[in-house]
Amino acid sequence: MSTTASEAAPAGTSTGRAAAMAVELVGVDKSFGPVHANRQVDMAIEAGTIHGIVGENGAGKSTLMKILYGFYQADSGEIRVKGAPVRIRDPRDAIAAGIGMVHQHFMLVDTFTVLENLILGAEDQFWVRRSLDQARDELIAIERDYGLEVPPDALVAELPVGLQQRVEILKILFRGAETIILDEPTAVLTPQETDELFKILRRLKAEGKTVVLITHKLQEIMAVTDAVTVMRDGAVVGRVDTAKTSREQLAEMMVGRKVLLRVEKTPAKPGAPVLSVEGLTVTDEAHQPKVLDLSLEVRAGEILGIAGVSGNGQTELIEALVGLRGFTDGEVKLKGQSILSGYQSSDPRELRHLGLGHVPEDRLRMGVVVGFDASETAILGYHDDPAYNGRLLSDRAKVVAHCEELMQAFDVRPADPLLRTGSFSGGNQQKLVLAREIQRDPALLLVGQPTRGVDIGAIEFIHRRLIEMRDAGKAILLVSAELEEILALADRIVVMHEGRIVGEMPTAEADRRKIGLLMAGITEDAA
Amino acid sequence: MTGDGLPRWVDLALIPLVNLLVALLLAGVVVLLVGENPWEALKALVWGAFGSWDQIGYTLFYTTSLVFTGLAVAVAFHCGLFNIGGEGQALIGGLGVALVCLTLGDLPWPLLLPLAILGAMLFGGFWAFVPGYLQAERGSHTVITTIMFNFLAAILLNYLLVEVLIEPGQQVPQTARFPDAGHLPYAHEVLRALGVRTGPSPLNVTFLVALLAAGLVWLFLWRSRWGYELRSTGANEQAARYGGISPGRSIMLAMALSGALAGLLAINEVMGSQHRLMLGFSAGFGFTGIAVALMGRNHPVGVILAALLFGALYQGGSELAFEIPTFTSDMVVVIQGLVILFCGALENIFRRPIVAFFRQRTRETPQEAAA
Amino acid sequence: MGETFLLILLLIDATVRVATPLLLAAFAGMVAERSGVVDIGLEGKMLAGAFAAAAVAAVANSAWLGLGAAIVVSMSFALLHAYACVTHNGNQVVSGMAINILVAGLGPTLAVAWFGLNGITPALEGAGRFIGLNLPMSEWLAPIPLIGPVYAEVVSGHNILVYLTIAILPLVALLIYRTRFGLRLRAVGENPHAVDTAGISVAALRYRAMLLCGFLCGIAGAYLSTAHAAGFVRDMTAGKGYLALAAMIFGKWKPVPTVAACLLFAFADALQIRLQGVVLPGIGEIPVQVIQALPYALTVILLAGFVGRAVAPKASGIPYVKDK
Repeated sequence: MSTTASEAAPAGTSTGRAAAMAVELVGVDKSFGPVHANRQVDMAIEAGTIHGIVGENGAGKSTLMKILYGFYQADSGEIRVKGAPVRIRDPRDAIAAGIGMVHQHFMLVDTFTVLENLILGAEDQFWVRRSLDQARDELIAIERDYGLEVPPDALVAELPVGLQQRVEILKILFRGAETIILDEPTAVLTPQETDELFKILRRLKAEGKTVVLITHKLQEIMAVTDAVTVMRDGAVVGRVDTAKTSREQLAEMMVGRKVLLRVEKTPAKPGAPVLSVEGLTVTDEAHQPKVLDLSLEVRAGEILGIAGVSGNGQTELIEALVGLRGFTDGEVKLKGQSILSGYQSSDPRELRHLGLGHVPEDRLRMGVVVGFDASETAILGYHDDPAYNGRLLSDRAKVVAHCEELMQAFDVRPADPLLRTGSFSGGNQQKLVLAREIQRDPALLLVGQPTRGVDIGAIEFIHRRLIEMRDAGKAILLVSAELEEILALADRIVVMHEGRIVGEMPTAEADRRKIGLLMAGITEDAA
Repeated sequence: MTGDGLPRWVDLALIPLVNLLVALLLAGVVVLLVGENPWEALKALVWGAFGSWDQIGYTLFYTTSLVFTGLAVAVAFHCGLFNIGGEGQALIGGLGVALVCLTLGDLPWPLLLPLAILGAMLFGGFWAFVPGYLQAERGSHTVITTIMFNFLAAILLNYLLVEVLIEPGQQVPQTARFPDAGHLPYAHEVLRALGVRTGPSPLNVTFLVALLAAGLVWLFLWRSRWGYELRSTGANEQAARYGGISPGRSIMLAMALSGALAGLLAINEVMGSQHRLMLGFSAGFGFTGIAVALMGRNHPVGVILAALLFGALYQGGSELAFEIPTFTSDMVVVIQGLVILFCGALENIFRRPIVAFFRQRTRETPQEAAA
Repeated sequence: MGETFLLILLLIDATVRVATPLLLAAFAGMVAERSGVVDIGLEGKMLAGAFAAAAVAAVANSAWLGLGAAIVVSMSFALLHAYACVTHNGNQVVSGMAINILVAGLGPTLAVAWFGLNGITPALEGAGRFIGLNLPMSEWLAPIPLIGPVYAEVVSGHNILVYLTIAILPLVALLIYRTRFGLRLRAVGENPHAVDTAGISVAALRYRAMLLCGFLCGIAGAYLSTAHAAGFVRDMTAGKGYLALAAMIFGKWKPVPTVAACLLFAFADALQIRLQGVVLPGIGEIPVQVIQALPYALTVILLAGFVGRAVAPKASGIPYVKDK
């Protein structure tokens, strides 16, 4: 196995090495309309290794891998598998070429069992029962070989996320793939589940499979890969052996300049409590408890970060706090005044008037209306404010002027209030949402995933704004799936697991291992 | 510029026009199938719609009805709802109009008209509000419930006209004629008073009511906070909830308003033209409203233009049926179906080639695009 | 006692007759929605089938040729729906409605042009119609109490399409739940992305589902015009397509409950025919309109009262677009 590639050598394929290559991409180019997603990408992945691909959001990693999996056709370029050129027009061709992919969003049918999901597309019998019977023995053999236990007859919807991911890997192995691509596989996992996944990846490598790991988390690259290709702006900027590089070097290659991995900020000066939550219990539509007897406090001038694997009640907590969801027990106070103590969801509008701002975690689902022009999105939630309305009709001039103000203050580009919201980039949409919520100067800001799908320039800008707001004496409650972001921004951290707070600490005393264990629900005495 | 980089006029005018032409072309094929000459049929149709003052009067009379039902579909559409119940809402609206005109018919028309409008809107609005309520509160889809309400409205009206409201001593299921004082002035009467002599047509002052309604709908949808709430709910229900807007309330409001607009059809037909309530006066205009709204891109100005087109089709079509015995008014229904197909369901079919064409053109003249 | 018993048997018999096209259409809708395509055009496809069957049966004097024509025409409209909704991601409700309105106009137009009749096709007789079959053993079983009358009134005496339907429905259910095609069909209605990544064409699956949907609607249409009635009449489906859709929703997109819902609707319809002119003790004669309203009102009440929300196939009604 060749591990002698020179440091930061430009990626490429010399024919002499080709025999040992599982997959090679040569001069792959792809545009979506005016967007140039991949520029002349050359990449070689050695057989029997774990190869990392890193890059910012929008660097073109996912597009490249979707070309490899046959979802898109490259405009030009060539794909070679084991040295021989292949044409991959659809996923069927990719599967036939021995390539499998675990997508960021799992491609499972929730209402099917594990076994049914496994055979979907690979059934060779007319009657399903026969395919299932054949597959069952094979599944058990694969599970044993790779240490990937999953109950074959469980409904996928009832499996935890970690196990669903295993089903995805099993699907690929069942189809006899030699090369396995994983697209941001750790986004939904606890640090412990991530370790578990990495063990599986090493096992796959030991059995002779080739693994391609797409991620933007550098510590994962360092932990598990043999070599790494760095992408930026749709092009490959370099390829290095993992053993000969460092996080700092990779980060610099990724963004093309030195990056601050930490946000600069002064210690917080917490004041009086702004938000007090007492014994809050929230149940979902099926009457399952999602938040259980939860109490917390956010003070003026501090950022409280909620860490946790997504799906542990963070979403329900925030929705209850902003009045989108009723709760069964508990009390919520804003500046000592009880604002919510009800079973019913209340009016989010009233809460806004009381000084509560909310940047929703899923921007496209909640924060903006893509079909509205920017000025209309900029008054969502405040559309009945007398400032924009006459007695009967709304005042367009004022709405547009307001939007112009927001765009200037938050550097939204292009600064055109009449442009469709959907025409703005993700980062600029997010800035517009933040501007809408922050410019009102709320006493309390609830922020979910503030930098999801946002480019690095905007991330720095957004982080600075949140710190500024804190320094101005506002209270901020931050939920993020990125532990790095919580560590960088929060002054105090609480960890949520299965609807409860399982740990709390000042950020200064926090370390990744401890938080990771808490995220998995393992408290210190047990550990 | 729109989302996919097309000039506005292409998006708003060229693409619908291309779709419409294809629909009409296919209608021509059907004419061939029936064994007639499409070109002759088209000439007769245009002549029948616009050939004389009274024919234009008829065309505008049908246009008036279609503006109401088209607006009804459009308002619901902006809230993400498909109101197929315009037919039933119009019938029940007619009931409201008839009750006002039968009890207060001796009032002079300028006094009676606002009351009749109120009756039409309240009754029609109620008939749509119920499906709206059922969708908002019980999750029953309006597409099915509004269709059921069409059947129910027809049956209810049948019962009332046969058993309750029938003119005493008569066999035909219809009400007595409304008193003359409350009849709306016909256009030809007004014009004659102004010294212009035209042939008689049922066109009446309701035409102006329709134009006013279109203006008010525009103001409501794009210049009022309630319209904002309604459009938010239609475009992104989650975002609406986030903004403190109750989707259920928007849905009920949109449906009630939609039904009220459909109910106004009865002002034109019942109060303006027939002067009595009879069975089936809505004549399929409720369904045609779907074609009108889709063709008009759910915008009031578009709805007026599309209503004019379909009004001409109706009028020209019925003249055609006179001249060519193999033609019936069903042909107009065929054209409606084709227009809904091409302007609604298949609206993207020519979009891709047109987008590609304009992309290429802008690429060839980059300086222009930059400027 | 004997008379009531016979009345009940006749009612059940009528229920079966009315239920046949409902069942076919509801299963057609179920296949379509299970694949992720909402089909509000069941009404139009049935009506198109009814016209084609009656027209061809009248010209060729063969009910079987009529049935074939109905299936071909109905499947063509199903393909049109698929072309609009699957290939061009059109609005599925709008497309279905377009087909309904198009067919509503096309049938009478062609009837005038081809037969010179206003909105109807020539009355069918003889080989142009499917008529009731007397099953063997009917006479032999007749003297046996209970079994005899039940066999004669309920089991025997229907036309061949009724028996065909009874044979087809379990086959469709088997297809959906036990075969490879069915597995993929159910998957594509829940998560088309999973199907696509597994290397199966989403569009091809949905096209096939729509063809099956059209096939079933075609039989339903032929039943209406060449078995139940003796010719095509303007708007003869009278909302049955929508009722079938409602029955399928009420049946939670599953075969057995859908059959039950269809039978319930059909029973209400059979009852309304029986109840016309009947004087009920204590109430008096019920107005005929109240009885006519029964099936429609029942639909609204059932949809409002008993249907849970989140049981539809997840991807139903949503065009499949590969995300970026």
